[in-house]
Amino acid sequence: MKKNIITSVKIFLIMTLLVGIIYPLFISGISLLIFSNQAEGSIIKADGKIIGSKLIGQKFISDKYFWSRPSAIDYNPYPSGASNLAPTSAKLKELYKNRKEIFARSNFVKNLKIIPNEMLFASGSGVDPHISLQSTLLQVDRISNIRNFNKTQKEELIKLIATFIENPQLGFLGESRINVLMLNMELDKIK
Amino acid sequence: MIPFNEIIQAVIFIIGLIIAAPLFGGYIAKLLSGKKNILSPVFGRVESLIYKSAGINPSEEMDWKRYTFSILIFSLFGIIILTVIQLIQSTLPLNPQRLSNVEFSLAINTAVSFVTNTNWQSYAGESTLSYFVQMIGLTVQNFVSAATGIAVLLALTRGLVTRQGNSLGNFWVDLVRSTLYLLIPLSAMFAIVLVSQGVVQSFSSYKEITTLEGYKQIIPLGPAASQIAIKQLGTNGGGFFSTNSAFPFENPTPLSNFLQMFSILLIPASLVFTYGKLIGSKKQAWIIFFVMMFVFVFGLLVSTYSEYSNNNIFQISGLMEGKETRFGILNSVLWSTATTAASNGSVNAMHSSLSPLSGLVAMFNIQLGEIIFGGVGSGLYGMLLFILITVFISGLMIGRTPEYLGKKIDAFEIKWAIVAILLPNTAILLFSALALKTNAGLSSLANNGPHGFSEILYAFSSAAGNNGSAFAGLNTNTVFYNLMTALGMLIGRFGVIIPCMAIAGNLVKKNITPTSKGTLQTDNFLFALLLLGVIFIVGALTFFPALSLGPLLEHLLMNNGITF
Repeated sequence: MKKNIITSVKIFLIMTLLVGIIYPLFISGISLLIFSNQAEGSIIKADGKIIGSKLIGQKFISDKYFWSRPSAIDYNPYPSGASNLAPTSAKLKELYKNRKEIFARSNFVKNLKIIPNEMLFASGSGVDPHISLQSTLLQVDRISNIRNFNKTQKEELIKLIATFIENPQLGFLGESRINVLMLNMELDKIK
Repeated sequence: MIPFNEIIQAVIFIIGLIIAAPLFGGYIAKLLSGKKNILSPVFGRVESLIYKSAGINPSEEMDWKRYTFSILIFSLFGIIILTVIQLIQSTLPLNPQRLSNVEFSLAINTAVSFVTNTNWQSYAGESTLSYFVQMIGLTVQNFVSAATGIAVLLALTRGLVTRQGNSLGNFWVDLVRSTLYLLIPLSAMFAIVLVSQGVVQSFSSYKEITTLEGYKQIIPLGPAASQIAIKQLGTNGGGFFSTNSAFPFENPTPLSNFLQMFSILLIPASLVFTYGKLIGSKKQAWIIFFVMMFVFVFGLLVSTYSEYSNNNIFQISGLMEGKETRFGILNSVLWSTATTAASNGSVNAMHSSLSPLSGLVAMFNIQLGEIIFGGVGSGLYGMLLFILITVFISGLMIGRTPEYLGKKIDAFEIKWAIVAILLPNTAILLFSALALKTNAGLSSLANNGPHGFSEILYAFSSAAGNNGSAFAGLNTNTVFYNLMTALGMLIGRFGVIIPCMAIAGNLVKKNITPTSKGTLQTDNFLFALLLLGVIFIVGALTFFPALSLGPLLEHLLMNNGITF
């Protein structure tokens, strides 16, 4: 019995060395060699300044940018979080109604049914970087208006959006989507 | 309507599993047998070095008492160390955010949670635990708790195939081999693939940035990929970050999502065929696999149907609350079904915001005892208990002495099998009742009405089922929930392991009688149906009343447009 306890302690220490230290450091080493950008958070910079991470969505509420999805943590993932509201929640129904009205009013949408679902519900992570193509296109009028785009500039914007469509991976995995932060960074370049 | 491209993903997932499990299962049998394999040139030396430095004689055999004692002492030691390093994390290195020491009840809860392969999380990883605790504390338990599950399965299998023996093998050897030959190589490959997709593996401090529109944002980092790989492969499920695999740094792309879902079920499903190889009957394995797959697909269909049905409160279907755009609806329910069928518990969408019947499927999967593939090792040894009971009941019906694989099943085995099945169920119902009758239990609720009830029932189901997922609105970081769920997790883990080992210890002594015309066959569809019947009757009889007060009631009220 005493021998068993000593063996247990020794095995525990060896396992800690093996899978708690050597294994993660091995993964870190390989990652830094071949995927250093991803391993460090897919950080994007502009003029040497860090703008954010390609994978972490940001809060956009001004009229001149494409809006991200609603977030339960206001896009500050420290820590990440969701609403966890039930499908029968009165509070969720209220939020849904308000979001729908605001989106429709700001974007001159008359038929409320065409507003995609994801713009009206908060994401799981609180930092969902994507919205659907439909949600993006519905915001074009608002953005063109506020930025005083002429017809060519507006067409340029729609062409720009098309270049940001991410199709299902390998042709069948996941949903087609648009990265809001990446699109908004390019948006400022339309002159 | 369900879009075609979504159906394709589910179909490929299921077919992939049906192809991979038998192939990989046979290979696992070889890896764990100690015979020369493809990894021997590299890891063979490491293996003998480990035995040498730990003073283990690998050919030493253990009876059931010593084997069980080794498991218990190893687990106890794990709980103590993990608790201590959380309590003193501010004095330890690799803590760039200077996170403070963890409160005692939370530290205990987290330690028990990871040692029991539950990985229930009352904390938010990125704002509570240092890189040191996540890497050197939690990652280690992610590996060894899964390896312990495999060890118990191997011991039980030896109990079935050994003729009038005494030994169930050597726990340390089973633990080392499972970790070294199976879990480490798979995890290492998977972790690198995850990093390529964007999962972080960093020791830098968090990035504090100003967003494009001018707000402050803190971007958490960490050595996540190495932990997430084993989190999925070892049916652990504990996220590096608070929102688990919904968080982009934990699950950035649809490909990482598909591979993570697949690795949730890969080892539990393959172990069925490993078992088949060890008992020398592929047919037995296919029957068990069929039963598991049947319940899994049935749950998936109900869950998908429910999620795509109209919600009468919102007048739409497929609510995106708690879901991520890149995954969409189907990947969210496919994940929620897989993660609860296996005792994994990681999430890529918030279960609390799923439609009521999808939530019900998730909860019921756990309540069946985590045997629909279940945890690594633990799923199959749990299923074997149900098989023993089915053999016994059928034996009574046809008036024959119950036998399984030539071993007589008598009162001893059945008593312990019943104990193992009823202990976690009792804990779920009693602890939920206690929470519902006390202020300490009710004050943590986030939603009203039947959903609030579901939050509590789900919490204790998840704890005692060693799952780890949650209706996460419920604030469980309170002394009451931390201690009660910790107790539930211990009962769910060792309340099954100890009876299993006792059964193995009794079976190993018995002779193997040759099959005769009167033997009840356990490798045909009739037996599969009987087994399904027993599983559903036990599960439904125990939980139907509780489920009808929670998700079923919520579903009916939702259809009438009632909110809370």
